[in-house]
Amino acid sequence: MEPRMNAPAVVAAPAAKDFKSAYKPVWCPGCGDYSVLAAITKALAQLGLRPENVAVVSGIGCSSRIPAYTTCYGFHGVHGRSLPAATGLKAARPDLTVLVASGDGDGYSIGGNHFLHACRRNIDLTYIVMDNHVYGMTKGQPSPTTEPDWSSKLAPGGTGLREFHPLVIALASGANFIARAFSGDPNGCAALIAQAVRHPGFSFVEVLSPCVTFRPEQREWKTRVHAAPVEPTDDPGRAARRLMTDDGFNIGVLYQGSRAPYRPAGGSAQRVEDLECQFRL
Amino acid sequence: MDPRTSVSVALAGSGGAGVMTAGNMLLEAAAQAGYYGLMTRTSGPQIRGGEAAAMLRISAFPGDGQDDRFQVLAAIDWQNVGRFAAELPLGPESLLIGDPAQGEPPEVFTRSGARYAPVPLKALAAQVSGGWTNMVALGLLAALMRLPQEALEGAMRKSMKKGLDAGIAAARLGMAQAATLQGTPLAPPPATAPRWLITGNEAAGYGALRGGVRFVAAYPITPATELLEWLAPALAKVGGTLVQAEDELASINMALGASFGGVPSLTATSGPGLSLMIESLGLGVAAELPVVVVDVMRTGPSTGIATKSEQADLGTALYGLHGDAPHVVVAPNSLADCLATTEWAVGLAESLQVPVIVLSDQYLGQARAVVDMPPAAKVSFARMKAEGAEGYKRYALTPSGVSPMAIPGTAGGTYVADGLEHNERGTPSSQAADHLAQMDKRARKLAQLDPGDAWASIEGDGETALVTFGSCTAPAREALARARAAGVAVRLVSVRLLAPAQPERLKRALQGVKRVLVLEQNHSGQFLRYLRAEYDLPGEVRSLRRPGPLPFRPAEIHEALEQWSRA
Repeated sequence: MEPRMNAPAVVAAPAAKDFKSAYKPVWCPGCGDYSVLAAITKALAQLGLRPENVAVVSGIGCSSRIPAYTTCYGFHGVHGRSLPAATGLKAARPDLTVLVASGDGDGYSIGGNHFLHACRRNIDLTYIVMDNHVYGMTKGQPSPTTEPDWSSKLAPGGTGLREFHPLVIALASGANFIARAFSGDPNGCAALIAQAVRHPGFSFVEVLSPCVTFRPEQREWKTRVHAAPVEPTDDPGRAARRLMTDDGFNIGVLYQGSRAPYRPAGGSAQRVEDLECQFRL
Repeated sequence: MDPRTSVSVALAGSGGAGVMTAGNMLLEAAAQAGYYGLMTRTSGPQIRGGEAAAMLRISAFPGDGQDDRFQVLAAIDWQNVGRFAAELPLGPESLLIGDPAQGEPPEVFTRSGARYAPVPLKALAAQVSGGWTNMVALGLLAALMRLPQEALEGAMRKSMKKGLDAGIAAARLGMAQAATLQGTPLAPPPATAPRWLITGNEAAGYGALRGGVRFVAAYPITPATELLEWLAPALAKVGGTLVQAEDELASINMALGASFGGVPSLTATSGPGLSLMIESLGLGVAAELPVVVVDVMRTGPSTGIATKSEQADLGTALYGLHGDAPHVVVAPNSLADCLATTEWAVGLAESLQVPVIVLSDQYLGQARAVVDMPPAAKVSFARMKAEGAEGYKRYALTPSGVSPMAIPGTAGGTYVADGLEHNERGTPSSQAADHLAQMDKRARKLAQLDPGDAWASIEGDGETALVTFGSCTAPAREALARARAAGVAVRLVSVRLLAPAQPERLKRALQGVKRVLVLEQNHSGQFLRYLRAEYDLPGEVRSLRRPGPLPFRPAEIHEALEQWSRA
C-alpha cells in the first residue's frame, strides 16, 4: 500500500502520529531534527489542532525540510525567506495556525533581516529555529552561531567572528515570547512549542539541535543543558540582563511579553465598484 | 490664431513653487470644460525643493501621448529649469512666459525661436493678500487656451481646501494678463461622454482590485509607490490586507505566502525591486502559486534615474528567472489600459497558477489623464480549487497543465508547496522523469493559453508595420494617424502579451507586410532582439529606439516612417 502522504479527511482527535507523514527524512541518523519533528507533532496534538488548519512554512536547509514530514499544509520556499512567506499567509489567513521552521544559516544569516522585522512586527507566528551552529546541507561551513575558532574548509582556523546571539536580538527587536529548547528532550521541547503557539504575537523558540555529522562534539550538549534557574519574566530589562549573561544552555521560557499582536488594517467590505466615484468627472 | 484640437503647455519652477498643484488644477479645469487631457511630470532627484515641471496636453480627442512641442512654457522661476530643456521641446511658434524679476529665460529655451513674453507673476500675486504665483500662472495658462473661467474656478473649488478666495483672485489676475498675449485657443470640446480622471498607477491599482486581489505586500520605490499608497486605503475598504514589507525579498514572499493561503495577491515595484524578487518568482513558477508583480519601470541600470521612464526591464522580466521558468509578462499600452491589463494579469495568474509580471513605466504610472470611462469589469478567471480527497495530487498531470489547488483549511487536501522539484503529489523528487513531467506540465499551461484579441492592439493596414509595446504606443498611434493623413498606410501592432510569445498571431497580424519598424525606449533594442528570437519577422526590419527618459514624439516616428516609405 502506498504510504499516506496527506492527512485523512476525518480524524476524531488527532494524536501526534496523525501529524507525522510517511516520508522518510533526508536527515543523518542521530540528527537532532528528528526529535524536533516529534516535538512539533506532539505539541500540535496537545493543542488539539487539526492538520488542515496548520501550516508549516520553511526556507532552505536541513531543518527546513520539516514541512513535508508533517501532515499539515506546508510551504517550502526559498532560502532565508520563510518569515515573510509566513507573514503573508498569516496576514491573509488569520484563522490558520502558522509555524515557521528554520535553522541558524537560513534564519540568522541569509534571513537575518526578516528575523528582526518579524520580531518587530509581532504577528502571531511561532518561529522554531533548529540551531546546530553549522551549515549542514552544504556539508559543514560556519554559520552565524558558530564559535569563532571552529575550523572548516571554508574558514580554516576559524572565522574569528563573534557568535550572533539570537535571543538577545529577538528581545531587542520586539519578539513577544522567547524560549530555548533542547532537541534531546522532545517532551520538554513539545511543551515549550505548545506554549509558544498559545502565546499571542511573535513567539521565538531557539532549539539546540545537534549536528552529529559535522559537529559530533555537540553530542555533549546533553550534559550541558539545564533548566533555566528563573521564572519567565515580562520585564524586557530583566530579560536582557538574563540573556546577555546566559551560558547558552538555559532551557525554558526566558521572556514572555504582553505586546498586542500585529493586525493589519482592513475589515470593511465595500463593493469594489464603490471606489470608482473618486475617478468620475 | 486658429483653434487647435490639442494644446500643450508646461509649467516649470523650483520646489515649493506649486507647479504640480497648478498643473493638476489646470487638468481638472479642462476636464470640467469637457476636454480630454494628460499631465505628465518631470522632477529632479531632490526630496523637496527641487525643480519640477508639469507637462500638459489638453485636447478635443482622447489620448495619452505628448505632442511634438509645447505651445507654451511658463516658468515661475528659471532656477535649474534648463535641466529639463530636452523634455520641454519648443519651436518658433511657442510662447515662453517668465517673470522678469526672475531674470531672462535660459538660452537653451530661447534658441528654439520661441517668443518671450515677460509677465510679472510674482508682483501680480502680491496684489492679492495670500495670493500665490502659481495661481496667477494657472489663470494665465487657462485663459491662453480659452478655457472657460467657470471651469477653472470650479476646478479650484474642488481642489483647494484653503485660500480659495485668494487663489481665485490671483487666477483672475493671470487670466487678465492673457488678453495682452497671443493665445493658443482650443477647438470646442467633444460631445461629453462619461469620463474619468485617473493616473496610470491608480488605474493599475484599481484593475488589481477588480481582478480580485485582496492581499498586497508593499515596499516603497519610485515610481511605484503611489500605486501601493492608493491600494492601502482602497484594499482596507474592500476587506483586503496590505502589509508593508522590510524589503522586496520580503514583499514578494509575503505575496506568495498569502496566495498559498488562497488569497489573490500582488506587489508593485520598479527595476531594482524586480531584481530582488526574481528568485522568488521562480518559486512561484515551481510551486505554481499565482502572484502579480507590477513593475513600474524607471531608467536603469542600478539606481539609474529613479524619477524617469524607460522600457529597459523587458529582458529581466522575460529572461531573469533561473532555470526554465515559464511565466507571463504583459504590458499595458495606454494609461487606461493599466486598469484592463492589470485586471487581466490577475485573471491569468489565478487561472494558470503562475506569476505574472506587468510592465508599466513611470510615464504611464505617474501620468494623470482624462480617459473615457473604462468598460465594466469582465467576469474574472478564477483559481481552480481542490476538495480534499484521499490521495490528492496537488501537481496532477492534467491535459491543460493546470491542477486543482487545495487551500489551507481544506481537510484531506494538505500538501507542501515546494520550490524543490517534485512529483504529482508534491513530494520532492530528483528523478529525471518527474522533472520532465513537471516541466512539461508547467510549459503546457502557457502553451494552452488562449489570449484572444487581448494579446495585442492591432490598428490600420499597409505594407509597413510599426511593432511596439507599452508607453511607446501613444506616440506611435499619433504618428500613424499623421502618416495615414499624408496617404501612407501603416499598421500598428502593440504587443500586450509579451510572454508567452504568440508567433502564429503575430504572423497573421503581419501578413503582407514588407517593412517592420520596431519601436522601443531602451538602449540595446531588447524588444527587437526578443521579437527576432521568437518570430520570423517578414521583410526588412529596422529599429527605432533610444533609452529614457525622453519619450518619443509623434513627429520623429512619422519622420522615420516617411523616410522609409520614400526610400
